[in-house]
Amino acid sequence: MTGYLARRLGYYVVLLTAAVFLAYALTGTALGPRAYFEAKQPRPSAAAVDRQLTALNLNDRTPVVERFATWADGVLLHADLGRTIHDTSVNDEFGRRIWVSLRLLLVGSVLGMLLGVAAGAWSAVRQYRLSDRALTVLSFVLLSTPVFLLALLLKNGAIAAKNAAGHDVIPFTGYETPNLSGGIGAHLADWGLHLLLPTLSLALGGLATYSRYQRSTMLDVLGADYLRTAQAKGLTRGRALIKHGLRTAIIPMTTMFAYAFLGLFTGAAFTETIFGWHGMGEWFIQAVNEQDVNSVVAVNLFAAVVVLAAGFLADALHAALDPRVRTA
Amino acid sequence: MKVRDQGEHNQGRGELREPDGTRRRDRETGPWPASDGDPAQPTDQRAPAGRLRLAAARLAASRGALLGLIVLVLLFLLAFLGPYLTPWHYATPDYTALRQPPSVQHWFGTNGLGQDVFAQTVRGLQKSLVIGLLVAVLSTGLASLVGACAGYFGGWTDRLLTFLVDLMLIFPAFLVIAVISPRLRGSGWIAFVLLLAVFNWMITARVIRSMTISLREREFVVAARFMGVGPFRIIWRHILPNVSSFLIIDATITVGGAVMSEAALSYFGFGVRPPDVSLGTLLAAGAGDAPVFPWLFYFAAGLLVLFVLAVNLVGDGLRDALDPTATAGRRRPRKTVTTSRRSTR
Repeated sequence: MTGYLARRLGYYVVLLTAAVFLAYALTGTALGPRAYFEAKQPRPSAAAVDRQLTALNLNDRTPVVERFATWADGVLLHADLGRTIHDTSVNDEFGRRIWVSLRLLLVGSVLGMLLGVAAGAWSAVRQYRLSDRALTVLSFVLLSTPVFLLALLLKNGAIAAKNAAGHDVIPFTGYETPNLSGGIGAHLADWGLHLLLPTLSLALGGLATYSRYQRSTMLDVLGADYLRTAQAKGLTRGRALIKHGLRTAIIPMTTMFAYAFLGLFTGAAFTETIFGWHGMGEWFIQAVNEQDVNSVVAVNLFAAVVVLAAGFLADALHAALDPRVRTA
Repeated sequence: MKVRDQGEHNQGRGELREPDGTRRRDRETGPWPASDGDPAQPTDQRAPAGRLRLAAARLAASRGALLGLIVLVLLFLLAFLGPYLTPWHYATPDYTALRQPPSVQHWFGTNGLGQDVFAQTVRGLQKSLVIGLLVAVLSTGLASLVGACAGYFGGWTDRLLTFLVDLMLIFPAFLVIAVISPRLRGSGWIAFVLLLAVFNWMITARVIRSMTISLREREFVVAARFMGVGPFRIIWRHILPNVSSFLIIDATITVGGAVMSEAALSYFGFGVRPPDVSLGTLLAAGAGDAPVFPWLFYFAAGLLVLFVLAVNLVGDGLRDALDPTATAGRRRPRKTVTTSRRSTR
């Protein structure tokens, strides 16, 4: 199993390197930081713009490979992601925002995954009953709602509740109440409350997708002989379903967890922007609009690492669940 | 976007089940022509009418798919006939009615500039539908080309193409499209369609690749190869027809996914831009005012969800109708299980 995982890890490192270079080349050529400086009032001289661009390693007259080499040098040797277009450190901004995003991504993905698998397995066992049909309808509607729309709807709901009650019922902007007094408990409760709507808008989508797949993989497994054998040997139906049924039915899902993380990352970018979280996604949208190459690349790097980490976790999970993979 | 992941699951199933499932299922249901005693050639060209009729019958039998199909037809009618139903043009303002709620005059109300929301919504729906259809056709075509080549040729072709697919899968498409799209500002919505398609085919291609690998060693492909048929002709005549069910289902679901991506990207200003109107730009324009002027937001939002829902229902129905392994796995063993469980109790 370690051999298999090591091979996968090596492949991922190669992928990451290639992907980061491509992302840098693409961003460096597609965005126009020169136009950003030239549009400043009063208009700086061409030489001043050039100097500024070179200082930030953004000069489009330097070949993009050379700029990448400078950038990669900084990243690898000094763990320095460069300067933003406002000449502040990308590292500082990165450090400020990463926890905001990770909080949302982790809670959202884990919650969506657990709920989805549980709901799917449950509705497979209760196939064609009322609860199964209700869950099917709900997940189809959720699957047909883009994440940003779901987030907007939740936010509008919170605004409506606020207008009806006359005060904030559920917070819908930011990730904490500024200047909150009180102990650690009050802070945690405040965090949780602020997490509620953004996490819901991410987790509901996950719930819908996972429950559909889990339901169909579980249905494939339910009629299997080994389940009947397990029961014949004295396991209760519930234990047999969980220990032998669910374990097998979850295997095809592990690949999905990795792919779904791609969608989740995009969803988080939308959610952050809509709920006013100052996370990586919001930073990205802001940076693209400001032609801020280094910040965009930093977010891309973050996305790639997160997605590959999810892929690696899925591999590990797959290997842990399916013994055939380990020897392959 | 998330809907696209379905393929990967199909792949997992396809690998476990023997691909021959097609035949068994069709023989059980009956309407297959009796002449096909030879199990070596699946889905040959001789029986398209029977297969089509069978699929249509199965599709019509599923209530959800039928409902979805009806809704889709109605939405297409609305999108393409709607502009002729109303006297208002989507861009022309009516200065006597600014931000008016829905009325007999303006069915969906008017926006802050006095533009008729019904005319705008219908126009936006039209654009979104066209974008969705084009993206689905383009990306499914690209996916089948790359996937079939990688699977059929194997070796270094396979390794390179798989690496390309993995590479493109690392980045959420949204990030890349958002970076590129400002460059394409001048070239209009067709460039946007290409961009969406180029970043949408990878997962489908993976599934096609693994289906091709299992088809490559089948007798009819091997026979064709030994008869001297060229590789691309084999892919076109023997591989693609045998994965066509999956392609049809996947393309259907892609239409819904593309419409959702379009809306999301346009909402953040990276897709269709005003003065062009799509559901995404309408949502972007109406979102801020939604709590006070709901008609600016909820008509477009409702139509978007309704359309994608209908597409997903039809896609699900198609899967049951066309994908024999899905139906075989889903219905038949189920009944025996429930009865046996009851009898043991």
